Formats: sequence, structure tokens, C-alpha cells
Amino acid sequence: MHMLAQEIYDKYELVVGLEIHAQLLTKSKAYSSDSSEFGAQPNTHVNPITLGHPGTLPKFNENTLQYGVRLGLAVGSDITYENQFARKNYFYADLPKGYQITQDKTPLCTGGKITIKVGKGTKDIGITRIHMEEDSGKSIHDLDPFHTLIDLNRAGVPLLEIVSEPDIRSAQEAYDYLTEVRQLVRYLEVCDGNMEEGSMRCDANVSMRLKGAPKFGERTETKNLNSIRNVFRAIEFEAKRQVEVLEAGGVIKMETMGFDAVTGETRTLRSKEMAHDYRYFPEPDLQAVFVGKNYVSDVKETLPALPKELKEKYTSALKLSDYDAEVLTEEKHFALFYEELIGLTKSYKTAANWMMGAVKSYLNENALEIKEFPLKPKHIAELIDLIESGAINNSIANQKVFPALVEHPELSAKTLAEKNNWIQESDTEALEGFINEAIAKFPAKVEEFRAGNKNLLGLFMGEVMKASKGKADPKVTSNLLREKLEQ
Amino acid sequence: MAVDIKTVERIATLSKLEFSETEKQEITVDMNRMLDFVAQLSTADTEGVKPLIYMLEEEAELRKDEVIGSITQQDALKNAPEKDSDFIKVPKVINKD
Repeated sequence: MHMLAQEIYDKYELVVGLEIHAQLLTKSKAYSSDSSEFGAQPNTHVNPITLGHPGTLPKFNENTLQYGVRLGLAVGSDITYENQFARKNYFYADLPKGYQITQDKTPLCTGGKITIKVGKGTKDIGITRIHMEEDSGKSIHDLDPFHTLIDLNRAGVPLLEIVSEPDIRSAQEAYDYLTEVRQLVRYLEVCDGNMEEGSMRCDANVSMRLKGAPKFGERTETKNLNSIRNVFRAIEFEAKRQVEVLEAGGVIKMETMGFDAVTGETRTLRSKEMAHDYRYFPEPDLQAVFVGKNYVSDVKETLPALPKELKEKYTSALKLSDYDAEVLTEEKHFALFYEELIGLTKSYKTAANWMMGAVKSYLNENALEIKEFPLKPKHIAELIDLIESGAINNSIANQKVFPALVEHPELSAKTLAEKNNWIQESDTEALEGFINEAIAKFPAKVEEFRAGNKNLLGLFMGEVMKASKGKADPKVTSNLLREKLEQ
Repeated sequence: MAVDIKTVERIATLSKLEFSETEKQEITVDMNRMLDFVAQLSTADTEGVKPLIYMLEEEAELRKDEVIGSITQQDALKNAPEKDSDFIKVPKVINKD
């Protein structure tokens, strides 16, 4: 949809800040001890606290705090010492108490950043705050024609709300920022990052201003985007819509927008003039939580290696390419497999190639995760050793030994290669037989080679490989062939 | 801080409550009376006194992340004025215009 000439859109600069709600992987809810598991029968994970019955009191889950501190440390936030809770009051059917217990003036984490790639360089997106709160129940609008149906299983599930600075300048940067955050929460194992199931949700604050303008324009907030791709699409659409309103002499009002994934359009859900009065006040039912230095340093000890640290190590210490480092660290357990592997072999690049080649294809073809992969790092390390000792060549390793190993993880690569007679032929005498045969088969090609067409070496190599069933040692063979042909 | 009828209307809207004109008048009077009563507090000298948020001095006691269990679905739905076998039913929340 282009209503205006591109140069008109180009006069404006896009400004985006994102709010992410990450559902925490705790077993129980934020303030009560019923299960926070997803997918149960409606209204079965509730108790009187969840239902907001009079006389019930919330009791704070220690893991909500721990997960929050983990994330805060991973993005370089300052951790707040005195954490108060606050009531955010609004009336909605899926909020049983009539208020959400959240944090207002003392968010658990302040400051910090997420680094994204922009072109060849990088850019830091600032984190304003991360605070702890509880989810609401679920309203189902499309099952019953006359009613909205309420399922309170989700009510009280702990959330971290991650608020970014308005540092994002394109839909692509928003996409990359979200991808980084999702990878990070998965590495930290605080949230499963699954946007389609709603365990990670995103609201986008979007405004436009003329390039060079000192102040931000008025913003709209697009709510509940359920995939990274839809965040990208909603921002693109909203940016254009706002430029069109502004160019037509209109003004942007502070509004809450919804996004329709089918049409790719945003539309007004409600204006904020009235609704934005949450009348925050301190939650009297929960005492403050104090997060001391010792607690923070204990949590720091338990942090896993983070993707950016691993990437840095792979590119500088192991001299892998940026691309390799990216692929290896995409998923935590894949990276951990590689980590273990490079403890067993010094051939880092070869090990990386095995991970990104044979291992990844096997996982993709069988729709498996690395945790379900039948082989252990030691299998791959032994396979690499076997190649490097000259016992088998690369193609035998890929086409024969690896598939056999996956079927028989109880055996070693070496045993399998020996049992199946895959150990390569580097014995000169045996190889000479194959070479002589190949030379005898193509006398005309031999003449051509001698006349200067050195590319024909490949043809003879192919013949020898075929005759030896792939077991000829390529290095020895090519040297011998050259010698014979040049006689 | 005097409450006028506009304030009452605004609070009523936020609480999703409806009142007749007479009720609004009465509530305005009542609320002003309550605020006047509480206003006595402002005669105290609070210079340099930190806001009191909690009645207790202790810090929060944290709960272990364990599932102790829930009530039955039947009990969960018991007090809902309208329900079916699985859900609480409320008037349509989203209007599609």
C-alpha cells in the first residue's frame, strides 16, 4: 500500500519502543501455589487467591525474583534493592481482583541494553526497565455468539515486562531486537519465547517525526502482537498510516491499536483519554522484597554462557566466521553440544562444519531437537579423529560412517569403519593397481593430460575412487596419479 | 480537595458503576465528608518523615516455587452468575465496529 510518493515517506523518521511480556517458566503462579502450566482444561488451575476471593493474601514466588534478576544481569541492568509491589487498577472480566499486582516506582531492573546487528556494525537498544507482574486470565471472544468466555488458568502467571528505550528506528531493528530478546530468555531458561502460544507478547509504541525534528511525535500503541513477523508488519503499516494522516494535515492521537494479521492493518481499539487512569498505589498485602548484593552475585554464578559471549569466543579465539558463530549459537543446546565437542577435539572449524552440516541436516530431516540427537559429542570427536588420522576420508565419513553411527550409537566410529571395511586404502601397492587400470582405460585422455590438460586429473581420480569403492586416500592417490601420468 | 459531581462520574465510569442523579449528589456529599475527616492528617507536621507503606517492619517472606494444587473446576465456577461446563460467561467485551 503506497498512497504517497516514496520521497514523502522518506521525509519522516520512525521511532519505536517495544514492551515485551515474557511469561516465566515457573512451576507455580506469581502470588499463589497453583500450577502455571499452559494448556490445561479451562478454570482448573485456580484457587481462592487466583479468584481474588475476599480474605486471601498473595505470597510471592521466589523464582519470579530469581528469573528477573537473571535477565537483568544478562542485559547489564542495575538490580533494585528495595522492590515494592503496586496495584494497577482497571476493571476487566479476566482480572478477578480488579487490579494487577505489578511494580510501579521500583522496577526490579533499570538500565541495560540489547545489542543488535545493523549492516556491518552493531547498535545498542537501551532497556528502560524490567519489572515483575502477573498475567490476567484469558478472554475468549469467538466461541460463543452472545458472551465472552473467561478462563482464569493464566491469571496470576508471573511475567516480566521488558520495556525498551525508544531507540528503534526501523521495523527491521524491531525484528532483530525481538529475535535477540527471545534467544536470550531461552538461553537463560526463564521463558520459552513462544510468541504463537502467547508466552511472549509484544506491544509496539510507534511514532513518526520529520527527520531532524528535536522532539518525538505523538505515539500509538499496537497491542498483543503474536509473532516477530507481525511486529515487523504492524510497525511498517502503522508508520505509513501515520505519515498519511500527518501529510493530510491530521494529528496522531494517543490510541491503542490492534493488528489484523490477515489484512496486515492496524486499527483503533480504544482511545486513551479516559482509560489511562490506573490509579497505582502500593500493594499493602505484599511486603517489600529486598535484593541484596549476595543474592545478586549468587544468581550471577548460575548464569549460563550467553550467546554474545559464545559468538565472541568463536570468532576471536576459535577464528570461525561470523556466520558460523551465528549458526552455532542460534539455539542454546546446539551451542552446548559444540562447546562439549571442542573440549574433545582441537579441529574447531572441522567440528563446526560437522555441526552445521551432517548434524543439523539430520535434526532437520527428522524434526528433532539436539537434546533428542542419538549421538554425543564424543561420537563426533572420534569421527573427526578418524578422518584426521587418515583412516577414512571425508566422503566416506559423511555418507557411510555418520549414518551408521546414528543407527548404532553404542559403537564407535572406528569399530564401524573397520567392521564395514571402510578404512581407506593408502597402501601404495593396492592403489597402484587401481591407478594402472584407470590409465589403461583412457589412453586418449592420458595423451591429452600429457599435452597439458591438467584438469583431466579429476577424471582419473574419479575412476580410482569408483574402483576402490570410495576408499582410496585422496591425497596419496592424487600424488601417485600425477607421478604415473607425468612419466 | 473538594469532590464535585464530575469526579464522582469519572470514578463511577472507571469502576463500571451507574448512579442516578440523586445518588450522585449524595455520593458527592459523602465523599467530601470522608475527605474532610481524613484531612485532619494534613495538620500533622511530616517534614522529613518517610512515607509509611507497610504496617510491618519485616521483609517479604518468599514462597518456594512448588505447585500445591488447585480447587476443582466445579468449585472454581461455583460463584459465577453465568457459566457453562468450562467457562465463566460474561457479556460480550469486544464490540466489532
